[in-house]
Amino acid sequence: MNAARDSARVPVLSARGLVKRYGHVVALDGADFEIYDDEIVAVVGDNGAGKSTLIKALSGALIPDAGEVRAGGEIIHLRGPKDARRLGIETVYQDLAMAPALDISTNLFLGREIRRPGVWGNLFRALDTPRMRKEAAEHLSGLKIGIRSIRQSVETLSGGQRQGVAVARAVSWGTRCVIMDEPTAALGVKETGMVLELIRHVKARGVPVILISHNMPNVFEVADRISVMRLGKRVRIARPGEQTMQDVVAMMTGASRETVAELNTEGTTQNA
Amino acid sequence: MSETASVARPGMLSLVGSIRGARTLGPLAGLVILCIAFGVAAPVFLTPRNLIQIVQQVMEVGTLAVGQTLIILTAGIDLSNGAIMVLGSIVMAKLAVASGVPAPLAILAGLLVTTVLGLCNGLIVALFRVPPFVATLGMLNLAYATTLLYSGQASVDNLPPGLLILDSHIPIGSFALPIGPLVMLAVIAVMWYLLNQTGWGRHIYAFGNNVEAARLTGINVTRLQISAYLSAGIIYGIAALLVLGRTTVGDPNAGQTDNLDSITAVVIGGTSLFGGRGGVIGTLIGALIVGVLRNGLTLVGVEALWQTFATGIIVIVAVAADEATRRKRA
Repeated sequence: MNAARDSARVPVLSARGLVKRYGHVVALDGADFEIYDDEIVAVVGDNGAGKSTLIKALSGALIPDAGEVRAGGEIIHLRGPKDARRLGIETVYQDLAMAPALDISTNLFLGREIRRPGVWGNLFRALDTPRMRKEAAEHLSGLKIGIRSIRQSVETLSGGQRQGVAVARAVSWGTRCVIMDEPTAALGVKETGMVLELIRHVKARGVPVILISHNMPNVFEVADRISVMRLGKRVRIARPGEQTMQDVVAMMTGASRETVAELNTEGTTQNA
Repeated sequence: MSETASVARPGMLSLVGSIRGARTLGPLAGLVILCIAFGVAAPVFLTPRNLIQIVQQVMEVGTLAVGQTLIILTAGIDLSNGAIMVLGSIVMAKLAVASGVPAPLAILAGLLVTTVLGLCNGLIVALFRVPPFVATLGMLNLAYATTLLYSGQASVDNLPPGLLILDSHIPIGSFALPIGPLVMLAVIAVMWYLLNQTGWGRHIYAFGNNVEAARLTGINVTRLQISAYLSAGIIYGIAALLVLGRTTVGDPNAGQTDNLDSITAVVIGGTSLFGGRGGVIGTLIGALIVGVLRNGLTLVGVEALWQTFATGIIVIVAVAADEATRRKRA
């Protein structure tokens, strides 16, 4: 993927000049972002660099003071997570946001249950549990998430499986793009591998993924591009093939003078 | 896929499933053991007449406990349900007797009162963020005071037959099956259906499990929480009619421990006070355990105070068991 091809296409989701202030604290100071339909974009940055504020602005969890968010080229005004979801922008939260005592199928369909056809569904509001279980099982196997029974309660699953269910919930229902917030935090090595594999499966399904992570090796393993944030701005777009992890860490922290000098020319190299 | 092919009849299967769940299994085993023990100790215990009497004795608290279950599933608690029920019954009785309102209208007015008070509980909890314990403690006092003010602290006698409809019986041969227990069972069946077979019910469980998760999936959690208290209010109105049928008078001082008794039934039935786990089948079993214990101990000649003592032990054991399984999961 190269920059020239990017500029000819319309991003699935993009942001320009986002500003968000909390009193005297500037969380976002003119941040930019874009993601195209066939990529995994990682967002990295030190604590306080504005990663989570950016993600909240993209997922409707907060309203920026200035700047614009576009979905498929159209300017959108997200007033809440519901608006974002309606536009197909799904977020997988760090705490996974599931009901532990309820089963997998119920969690997958929570808030968008399917009712039985006819009088039972319309008048008595009866749920079509067999259909939801069937679709849930198909959906999970489509994403190659191995689970013994769709009727297991979520609390009986391992951390990686839970992440799998949370991701499966996000990529159902005509999803435009998925935002994943630290999906491998708190996971073991094997489970982390599972989740990274899952992220690739999601991309293979044509759903682009925005990945927020502190874990540089994970980021370098799956990301096509890395959006480096520092002091509320995107300072650089890195690519795993072109930059090393040390380069990216230097960009994040502004460690060396050369790095800072390089950042200032970023705007021109990007349009080349 | 064999997994999904076997789920031909979801309703029946999940009913079996909700009983089979370990949460209900313990209480059910306890109930069976109690019944066998009392059956051996006192032969009268297992006669149909005695068993029906047990159900009749628990039907008020059992019905209140259905509303209580709903609220506890949302991680709330309702201390006002007994007082709301009594106010409902006094409104029905006084309107019919003192104001000459036709019985059906008086019943509707009583139902309206309990429903509105349930709604008030919901609004106070969901909109003003008052903890359910405090909100319903306040409501308990409001409802009790209103009951005494409205009734002039006097019982209402000579109720018209229309208010005693739940005291009637269905004759089966030489046997008369009372309607009251059937009403309680119907309330439980409807609530079981709503909780297990509708999206609303699933949302109630999700709310009790993880409010934030429910909110993030787009569920209107404020409205959902209000709807739980409102539905409980409707059920308390039905309980009000049951009380009139059983006692045949409007007694402003009735049911003063019903709030705690309903919590007892819910807790013994295996519903977690932390919300999101349990259900009304367990509550029915919990109410029956209390009823069986009282009835059986009376039959073997144990004093009433020791019955209360035994109930106290069972409550503590039930909650300790729940806490133990909770810790094992975590």
